Amino acid sequence: MKPATSLLTLSAWALALLWIMPLLFALWAAFHQAADVAHFSLLAPLTLDNFARAWKAAPFARYFLNTFLVVTLILAAQLVVCVLAAYAFARYRFAGRSLLFALVMVQLLVMPNMLIVENYHTMAQLGLINHLLAIGLPYFASAFGIFLLRQIFLSVPHELVDAASIEGAGPLAVLWHVYLPLARPVLVAYGLVSVSYHWNDFLWPLIVTNSPDSRVLTVGLQVFSTADQGVDWPLISTAALMTSAPLLVAFLLFQRHFVQSFMRAGIR
Amino acid sequence: MLNPKQGARRAWRQTLLAWALLAPALLLLTTFTLYPALSTLWQSVMSTPSGQQPTQFVGTRHFAQMLADPVFRQVMRNNLLYALVSIPASIALALLMALLMNARIPGRALARMAYFTPTVLPLVAAANIWLFFYTPGYGLLDQFMHGLGLPGRNWLGEPATALWAVTVVAVWKQAGFFMIFYLAALQNIPQHLIDAARIEGASAWQVFHRVTLPLIGPTTLFILINAVIGAFSLVDALFVLTNGGPDNSSNLLLYYIYQNAFQYWDTGYAAALTVVLIAILGLASWVQFASMGRRTHYQ
Repeated sequence: MKPATSLLTLSAWALALLWIMPLLFALWAAFHQAADVAHFSLLAPLTLDNFARAWKAAPFARYFLNTFLVVTLILAAQLVVCVLAAYAFARYRFAGRSLLFALVMVQLLVMPNMLIVENYHTMAQLGLINHLLAIGLPYFASAFGIFLLRQIFLSVPHELVDAASIEGAGPLAVLWHVYLPLARPVLVAYGLVSVSYHWNDFLWPLIVTNSPDSRVLTVGLQVFSTADQGVDWPLISTAALMTSAPLLVAFLLFQRHFVQSFMRAGIR
Repeated sequence: MLNPKQGARRAWRQTLLAWALLAPALLLLTTFTLYPALSTLWQSVMSTPSGQQPTQFVGTRHFAQMLADPVFRQVMRNNLLYALVSIPASIALALLMALLMNARIPGRALARMAYFTPTVLPLVAAANIWLFFYTPGYGLLDQFMHGLGLPGRNWLGEPATALWAVTVVAVWKQAGFFMIFYLAALQNIPQHLIDAARIEGASAWQVFHRVTLPLIGPTTLFILINAVIGAFSLVDALFVLTNGGPDNSSNLLLYYIYQNAFQYWDTGYAAALTVVLIAILGLASWVQFASMGRRTHYQ
């Protein structure tokens, strides 16, 4: 190896180690007894005790279920709503098209997390405070998703669409058999980004829920670590890791997909 | 082929169909984006209802209140400082990471994973992990300081360090995310441009400065704008690390909005603050949107 290359290699590894260290420490804390956490003896016995304790100390099973339901609900709704809207914008010329597109794009400038105050009042009026539906509703229509899908739909060749139409396929059949198969990579990328974004979302779920039954993981973790635990670091590290685990594991398994999706989807 | 009448009927049918396809999106966007955005504007010029007093028009009173509010001034100062430090730091680190990853070195995949992993974590979880490092006395940072013979400090509890402790967590979380955009941009640079510069006798630094940097300019702009949006909507970490304290020394705009709306229940003032936030972020997004055409032209 040339000296320049080995210097680069060394810096890259040093930076990588520095970057992953917080997670390694959290892992260390999660698998050790409180007494062993502070001194880093490699001989300290490993334990799963913290996981059992954290699981018992707060309704994490419920939090997991809620987060799972919320991200699934949001993704399913987004796919239906955004695909239909993007299809209309990409395939048809109709009265009011530019105006409606401009109205949709407003959401790229004014994102839902800025409108928490007003949306909270709307949810209160709808009687949805503490409902999982309230966590998802403001995100169902995503201007970003509509924009992204419209871009890919615009690239669908006219010949394919015309051929399908001549064979008698209706608008929804054309969408299903021609547009959607061609958009699959974008749909997957959008889905991954949407799931990670909403799995990690905190402020809005915090505001519209105030009972343990409706809390999602991020909010549950925060309540857990501030209210109950004092300075029980092994327990807090364990809870933080548990909260992140499904996404972390998915990321480690499908790294390339994750990185490409985040990139393809630009941001969020 | 079609006579005018058939053509008109067809256009009418298409319009109906398109509106039907758009109906769910429009209904949702109107209820949860357009209406609340307009309502925020309206609320910002109305008083907060209290007890028997109904809400009434107060004009620019909330905005005048803002100018006289020392906490607001501090929040804006904090947010600007936070942006001015966290954005260049994240971008420089992201570029460094991407350059290192673009060099064909052993263990590249593993290092890239290390850089990107924080991006996948919920910020709340990441902040809880960092809380452990910042604990006065036996936190890792203090142990490290003691090891060097230096006194420890209460990193999150002192006005001088609280905001910077939050900044470190945020930079750690987002640098790897920005890296992937730089990595893609670097891989798009035609090798022959770099080879040509090398043949002309350019040093590695000159190649970087004269060829690489200009070519990744559009990517830098894209990252910069997203970083600005991120810097003014950072909020999750504050709930975990500092609650904006001590003495508002780490308070940021969105957190201050949350406090006004849901702790002091001053909805009028919160709406006025939201208008300021929307103006800042709207401006950033607009710059991004306007620059999008140029970006594609560039590549």
